[in-house]
Amino acid sequence: MSELRDLYQEVILEHAKSPRNYRVLATPDYKAEGFNPLCGDRCAVYLSMKDHVIQDIAFQGSGCAISRASASMMTQSLKGKTAEEAEGLFQSFHGIVTGQNAANGNHLEIGKLKVFAGVAGFPARVKCATLPWHTMQAALHGEREPVSAE
Amino acid sequence: MSVLNAFAAVEDSPPVFDVEKVRADFPILHTMIHGHPLVYLDNAATSQKPNAVIQAIVDYYRRDNANIHRGVHSLSQLATEAFETARTTVQSFLHAVSSSEIVFVRGATEAINLVAQTYGRQHVGQGDEVLITAMEHHSNIVPWQILCEEKGATLRVAPIDERGELLLDEFATLLSPCTKFVSVTHVSNALGSINPVKLLVRMAHSLCIPVLVDGAQAAPHFPIDVRDIGCDFYVFSGHKVYGPTGIGVLYGKAALLEEMPPYQGGGEMISSVTFEKTIYNKAPHKFEAGTPDIAGVIGLGAAITYIDRLGIGAIGAYEHELLMHATQMLAEVPGLRVIGTGREKASLVSFVMEGIHPHDIGTILDQEGIAVRTGHHCAQPVMDRFGIPATVRASFGLYNTKEEIDTLARCIEKVRGILS
Repeated sequence: MSELRDLYQEVILEHAKSPRNYRVLATPDYKAEGFNPLCGDRCAVYLSMKDHVIQDIAFQGSGCAISRASASMMTQSLKGKTAEEAEGLFQSFHGIVTGQNAANGNHLEIGKLKVFAGVAGFPARVKCATLPWHTMQAALHGEREPVSAE
Repeated sequence: MSVLNAFAAVEDSPPVFDVEKVRADFPILHTMIHGHPLVYLDNAATSQKPNAVIQAIVDYYRRDNANIHRGVHSLSQLATEAFETARTTVQSFLHAVSSSEIVFVRGATEAINLVAQTYGRQHVGQGDEVLITAMEHHSNIVPWQILCEEKGATLRVAPIDERGELLLDEFATLLSPCTKFVSVTHVSNALGSINPVKLLVRMAHSLCIPVLVDGAQAAPHFPIDVRDIGCDFYVFSGHKVYGPTGIGVLYGKAALLEEMPPYQGGGEMISSVTFEKTIYNKAPHKFEAGTPDIAGVIGLGAAITYIDRLGIGAIGAYEHELLMHATQMLAEVPGLRVIGTGREKASLVSFVMEGIHPHDIGTILDQEGIAVRTGHHCAQPVMDRFGIPATVRASFGLYNTKEEIDTLARCIEKVRGILS
């Protein structure tokens, strides 16, 4: 039961219920769609950039509490970041949700996103948490085909 | 007279289904998950295996292991006999006319692909149509899409209604002289709906269209009589009828199997080979190239023997009680909506909960030891039909109990508490 509390932290549930930046950007510079073939989760990420800095980022889609909260908090964390910083943050986030760098101090760097550390106890849910990030990465890379969380 | 009647009454009353005795036959059911006894409600994905099946596989490898057919040594003869006995067991399970109508394949998926790539390629051409239904599993969609794409044919889909029942009028309308093949599921894996396959076969046969029935979700639950249904092909998977994974069955009418080209080339499927010409073996061996999954076939035979011993009729009646109980219990959960409310249903309940994604429900139930499936169940068009991304599916087997269903309902109530 405590593992469940670790997974479904209040912050996560709150973001899942009222996701931030849940909208479409009318004229995004980058846009990509992602989906998880295992569970049917879908997510679209929109980015507008100025001088290599993310000016605005938004998402839409259907998914579980973990994927919605992850997308919501991702958009909050990435505003004002460069594309390189966004990639770096994804790596740290990936480490957190897979439990691979829990010990090396990366928590500080990713700030609020550390609430997703509980995902590491649920390997089947890692893809839920990373789908928005994979999609964001695909958008920045200008990929046209929908990205899969596989 | 009265004495005779009394006897008749005793004989007619259905045998009591002793679920506790049945549960003792399945070692995995004693597993603890996250400190709770396993409640296994994912039987539509795969069923657990009784000792009889596990033991049959162990015995084959420990005692009888040899390659089958053509061996003159004793072990090969023992293995061949066990293998071919299993074929006869499957024949009687399906009420097929002859054991030569039973082809062993890897599963229902391979069986459908086999028919699409042999009979289908031979008979479906440019401008022709293949008819399926809107409730098919991906395994009864994609093989026909591949065939239609290759041949320039069109895949037609008979729609379903809000309850998840096939619309028979629409099905009838879609049957035309262009229709060269009909492939329908007996039971929907995502909704539980049972199709009136005998009627569908009669409708298709009136236009001389052959029919394949996908019995993957039917064979574990009620008696299958391919002669009564009248279908040309019937397929099912071993692992859903308490047998091993990797083995399944294609039933085909003898005349059709004889006429069909082979699926794969290799050993066993030939009568003679020269570099100039190969003469193919007769069905079913023509479709069983290479060394088959001998242990799997023997395990499947043991599974069917196990089912026969309990009586598939008694199993079906018991599972129907479970379905009724589950339907009633889940109806009382606030915000829960059952997807698939057909009048004829197999023992599964697919549902969604307002504001809560199935995946989250699945994770929380797992923490309570309850195994359900969450997702699109390899039936994405069904999800699209109901405008939902996924469902939670609780599917029941012969070893499940009403108490387990009560646990499910109680834990679903907890889900809302945790997620809000």
